[in-house]
Amino acid sequence: MRRNDTAALRGRIEDFLYLEADLLDEWKIEEWFALFAEGATYEVPPTGTDEHDPATSLFYIADDYVRLRERVVRLTKKEAHSEFPRSQQRHMISNVRVTGLADGVADVSCNFVTYRAKRGVVDTYYGKHLYRIDVNAEPFRIKSKRSVLAMDMLYPGKLTIII
Amino acid sequence: MNLKELIVEDRFGGVFRVHRSAFTSAEVALLERANIFQRCWLYLGHDSEIAGNCDFITRAVGGRELIFNRDRAGAVHAFLNTCPHRGAMVVREKKGNALSFRCFYHGWSFNVNGRFASRFDEGNYGKEHYGGGCADLAQVPRLESYRDFWFVNFDRNAVPLSDYLAGAKEYIDLVADQNEAGMEVVGSGQQYIINANWKLLAENSIDAFHGFPVHSTYFDYLKTLGALRMESTGSNFTASGMHDLGNGHAVIEYASPWGRPIARWVPSMGEDKRPVIAALREGLIKRFGEQRGTRMSEFSRNMLIFPNLVINDIMAITIRTFMPAAPNKMTVSAWALGSRGEDHDLRKLRLFNFLEFLGPGGFATPDDQEALENCQRGYQNLREVGWNDISKGMPRQGPPMNDDEEQMRCFWRQWRDRIGAVS
Repeated sequence: MRRNDTAALRGRIEDFLYLEADLLDEWKIEEWFALFAEGATYEVPPTGTDEHDPATSLFYIADDYVRLRERVVRLTKKEAHSEFPRSQQRHMISNVRVTGLADGVADVSCNFVTYRAKRGVVDTYYGKHLYRIDVNAEPFRIKSKRSVLAMDMLYPGKLTIII
Repeated sequence: MNLKELIVEDRFGGVFRVHRSAFTSAEVALLERANIFQRCWLYLGHDSEIAGNCDFITRAVGGRELIFNRDRAGAVHAFLNTCPHRGAMVVREKKGNALSFRCFYHGWSFNVNGRFASRFDEGNYGKEHYGGGCADLAQVPRLESYRDFWFVNFDRNAVPLSDYLAGAKEYIDLVADQNEAGMEVVGSGQQYIINANWKLLAENSIDAFHGFPVHSTYFDYLKTLGALRMESTGSNFTASGMHDLGNGHAVIEYASPWGRPIARWVPSMGEDKRPVIAALREGLIKRFGEQRGTRMSEFSRNMLIFPNLVINDIMAITIRTFMPAAPNKMTVSAWALGSRGEDHDLRKLRLFNFLEFLGPGGFATPDDQEALENCQRGYQNLREVGWNDISKGMPRQGPPMNDDEEQMRCFWRQWRDRIGAVS
């Protein structure tokens, strides 16, 4: 791909990721789920290790498409006590890079910092998102999202929001 | 403060109360350190975590920094991770494999059996440094294991681990016996913080009373997926209750509403897994007989080993231990236990099942954390509202139910007896 094309694609992907971040910030979580392609996965690997296969090591989150849907359903209920009353969130994204493109699927990585505020406590999550995004779809669709925390343990304790 | 008065038990009146300062007081926390964490057997790790010779892991246990390792000859050790020279932590990695340990500060070196291994020119150190042991890594006073679960004790005069575990051994057996080739910890596990007193998690881990109010969204999820199977087992084994295992340990045991990779199939696991899981179950019944085999397959167990080890054999097996960092803060470590040599697809299913409920990103544990942290916040009102009520089931005739609170009372009686002891 030519440099201009790469930059243009990155620009479109950045717009898409900013939209995703905004939907999460505003608790439009069902709209957020609609960004995922059928069969998509969502994962948060363990902290402080390079273990990367949810079939052989214990992750924090390893959702298939159905469980991701159910995660969203759960978060819409007030009986999801850890998010009632709802926390406030801000998702910051930077260092967006398109690291591969094949068959209309882009490999994308970006750094993130996510803040979660509730009851006078601010939790900070930070690390790198790794996406596979179907860029032929209109709008784009996420085929997989893996959020690799750059933390050596989970200091905030909970992973109830989508970081 | 009269410590014995922090707990009020009136057996005739059916009232059991714990004063909330037990969760907030720095003085209580200091006494716990001296009388509980320095006296009780504390879980260190599982044998499988240091499976090979020269494997090591480092871990904080009982307020100490420890090295848990296997030496060149295969013997297991637990060393205090501090250089006998000037105190630096000798091993700084979380885990690894090494033929020797070397303190980076001044270069003192040790064999993995703890022996001082540096050789300095004559005149630097006297002979006793090499022969007398004063330059060796210090071992924890006591290190013993039961069925691959390794424990340490900082009290040289503690009773043997086997005596301490008492009735808990039978329930460790129910986990350890699930696979003929033994069990193993899968991956590095989860480490996280809860902003609540450690005893709140001890209570919560064996509390069936909170299940439906706190975890309704989890049960909704099971229903949606067709993973909720409430019917009885068809066997004549109907035990569902709570057992006092002695020394403050307790277990609740009950018919599982959820699937268990070993060995209770539910529709959400898929038809292809049905014969596989049926075969596992048949295997258990063949090895242990109808009653024990069915019990291992069908029933779930939440066990607390006093003071801070939880082995919950539920929709997956979790080993969980937690340490106070402050009266209102604990660090939690949780691991998944699976069968050694487990089939890839079953292992995947086991881990998938674990995460549906357990851990900071599960559909249930975070709501427990929320409950615990809310309790801790609520204790700010303790001057006006000073007591927790742990009386449920006290007037019951016959054995306690699993959603009574007798298992917490077992914990608290032991806590009271130890905290009030003269140190």
